[in-house]
Amino acid sequence: MSVEVRIPTILRTFTGGEKAVRGDGATLQEVLDDIDGRNPGLKDRIVESEALRRFVNVYVNDEDVRFTGGLNAPTSDGDVVVVLPAVAGG
Amino acid sequence: MDGVGRGITPSVTAVLKIAREHVDAMIAHAREDHPDEACGVIVGPEGSDVPTRLIRMTNAERSPTFFRFEPQEQFALYKEMSTTGEEIVVVYHSHTATEAYPSRTDISLASEPQAHYLIVSTAESDVSGGSVSVRSFRIVDSAVTEEEIDVTE
Repeated sequence: MSVEVRIPTILRTFTGGEKAVRGDGATLQEVLDDIDGRNPGLKDRIVESEALRRFVNVYVNDEDVRFTGGLNAPTSDGDVVVVLPAVAGG
Repeated sequence: MDGVGRGITPSVTAVLKIAREHVDAMIAHAREDHPDEACGVIVGPEGSDVPTRLIRMTNAERSPTFFRFEPQEQFALYKEMSTTGEEIVVVYHSHTATEAYPSRTDISLASEPQAHYLIVSTAESDVSGGSVSVRSFRIVDSAVTEEEIDVTE
């Protein structure tokens, strides 16, 4: 499996404590679907109503996917996806 | 299941030990940005629970009622910490019209279970002076626990 997805501390409850998991897919959406199969519930913490959650930042090879197609951002072998919850509040 | 989960070992203490210079720097930042909310972090070696390096972050919202780390700055910080073996030990922000207690938004968006959430209230002061209050909390799974602050010289 080809794409490494780095998991933030708060979501490691879904990965048995693993800091990173691997998945397959030609887009971010496909990779998230793939890893959700082995880590049920993980995708729901990143995606809501078919879009990225407002307070979750996702990067593919250092590029913020909000500028590269969102969930349709392309992914390929060797790519690194970073999931980073926004530090925010009121 | 508890909010921390298996495989993760945050250092849970009932006290935040923090250097005087860091407290002063957070208060200064909060005063400068008043009436907008100021925000930033103090990072330290992973697993140490010792805050050693303060980094101001840009509040992308530039708002008196909301803060969000500017995403590119936050990502740069993430990458830097991956290299240096550091993690966020303290997340700080200011409340400029309310007390130094986590708001509902603070609680619902808290995403650093290992961190101490420190709030500086400038509600009773302004850029030139006046009293401020500083309080520290753990926020895990929407549960807020206040902790003592032990300021070291």
